[in-house]
Amino acid sequence: MSNNRLSLVWKGLIKENPTFVLVLGMCPTLGTTTSAINGLGMGVATMAVLIMSNIVIAMIKNLIPDKVRIPAFIVVIASFVTVIEMLMQAYVPSLYAALGVFIPLIVVNCIILGRAEAFASKNGVLDSALDGVGIGLGFTLSLTVIGAVREILGSGSVFGLSLGISDFMPLVFVLAPGAFLVLGFLMVLFNKYLKK
Amino acid sequence: MEYFAIIIGAIFVNNVVLAQFLGICPFLGVSSKVETSMGMGAAVTFVMALSSVVVWLIQTYILAPLGIEFMQTIVFILVIAALVQMVEIVLKKVSPSLYQALGIFLPLITTNCAVLGVALLMVQKEYGLLEGLVYSVSTALGFAIALVLFAGMRERLEFEEVPKAFEGVPIALITAALLAMAFMGFSGLV
Amino acid sequence: MESSLKNMVLVLFTITLLSSAAVGGVYLITKEPIAQAKEAAVNNALKQVLPEFEATTKQTIEVNALPIVAHTATVADKAVGYAIESISKNGFGGAVRLMVGFDTEGNIVNINVLEQKETPGLGTKMADEGNALHTSLVGKNAGKVNLTVKKDGGDIDALTAATISSRAYAEAVAVAYEAFKVACGWQSAAGDVATGASKQEQKGGQNE
Repeated sequence: MSNNRLSLVWKGLIKENPTFVLVLGMCPTLGTTTSAINGLGMGVATMAVLIMSNIVIAMIKNLIPDKVRIPAFIVVIASFVTVIEMLMQAYVPSLYAALGVFIPLIVVNCIILGRAEAFASKNGVLDSALDGVGIGLGFTLSLTVIGAVREILGSGSVFGLSLGISDFMPLVFVLAPGAFLVLGFLMVLFNKYLKK
Repeated sequence: MEYFAIIIGAIFVNNVVLAQFLGICPFLGVSSKVETSMGMGAAVTFVMALSSVVVWLIQTYILAPLGIEFMQTIVFILVIAALVQMVEIVLKKVSPSLYQALGIFLPLITTNCAVLGVALLMVQKEYGLLEGLVYSVSTALGFAIALVLFAGMRERLEFEEVPKAFEGVPIALITAALLAMAFMGFSGLV
Repeated sequence: MESSLKNMVLVLFTITLLSSAAVGGVYLITKEPIAQAKEAAVNNALKQVLPEFEATTKQTIEVNALPIVAHTATVADKAVGYAIESISKNGFGGAVRLMVGFDTEGNIVNINVLEQKETPGLGTKMADEGNALHTSLVGKNAGKVNLTVKKDGGDIDALTAATISSRAYAEAVAVAYEAFKVACGWQSAAGDVATGASKQEQKGGQNE
């Protein structure tokens, strides 16, 4: 049983990785990964919303009439997003400023509504929470990796630490085309080596 | 002149998909055929124009006077979801032929983050009603243009042989990167 | 649960009510810290751009139809410097907000970037230590230099490949100087600053 639960977390990292395998939540994936820190921050914020909304939806799933399921889920998710938004504004204002409009846009991140619909509305509270942890970690990890790659290639630093090579790096990786390019090539590597 | 700057800026310079990364899901999802992407573009333009007006009114006459701007996200997404539903119902009754053309795209639009994103950005930029409308319609046009261009490229791509690991999304992303690079040529225009 | 109309309305209503209550609660809790975080950011910036001071008072001055907050720093009730929270809406990614510190003669003591949404790696350099914009302004008397970038015939070095961001920065400094002249009593009302970023459009063709 405990093994089962562990695999619930594990599957989000590789087999059902939301970014590289399910290809969900592309907007924040591309838009916020200009540096490793931003990617990490976005991932953690999304994970927090995902876990909490999964828990609440698993708790109230039997009370919701089937036809208004989606609107009810959206209200729950939007509330948590607003809560996270205000908390970030209060305690990590610089990260909040860096992520900008992508924080409120967590509401329409397909990953969250997708997990609510596909998992939390059918499973227990603990399992749903673990599912949120797994998928959330997978998302966070992907975003951090993409952010780190773009930061190294584009501005020659990682997590804000300069590697002393910034003058030789093609800036394009921090700009829009670089986002598509890095994600595309990372996906190729993922397909080739990890997705068996 | 100001409107002109907003229009050019929203369509080309800060293209919603290729520079601001909003609405990527439909960009990758419904862009395999030029025809469907035109339908999607039209549906998004319609909903965005409508929602920008409604959202602006709600922001100016309800949220701001009551000082509850922090409810923005919740209110906006509900308004957009309700609006999409309403458009679907009305369209079905009034113009079945248009519904036939746009109907299948409508449910997808609620979770198109470009719609909510534009609503939020419009409020953030403190646009007036008309400016907001111009901004949202041009943004939607930018979305449609990017989508149709991309679909044209993908239609060609289908006949090319692509290494196995690149098949599907990865090659689409790399194509998008090239398109984004081309759009970067517009920067400095406004 | 059954999807009768009564059930649906009731459930949705309850969920919305509970969520709004929860969100409202968090709003009340975080209101204070958010205000504090903003104030801390301003105070921090004040300390960086002003000479030593004991107290500050603030007033609002209108420049280019924008309300600009001016802080007057005093030691023993005598003004020792002025810090202006200036803004230009013509940045590449939106507004650029600066805190510009002047001494009583109009010399620029220091400049701090409060907020910017420029392109990472290009325009964001305006917030880095020792960038071209910053070094070409600090220590200069704002009344004696032309507060536009060199490309526009001014005295400010622009950031490489970030002309629009640099113009916005220059504009914000010029706006700050107008507000400063009012704050220290040289002028009764602020003059308008030509918005370099929009005026130079036709010349443009530069990246950012």
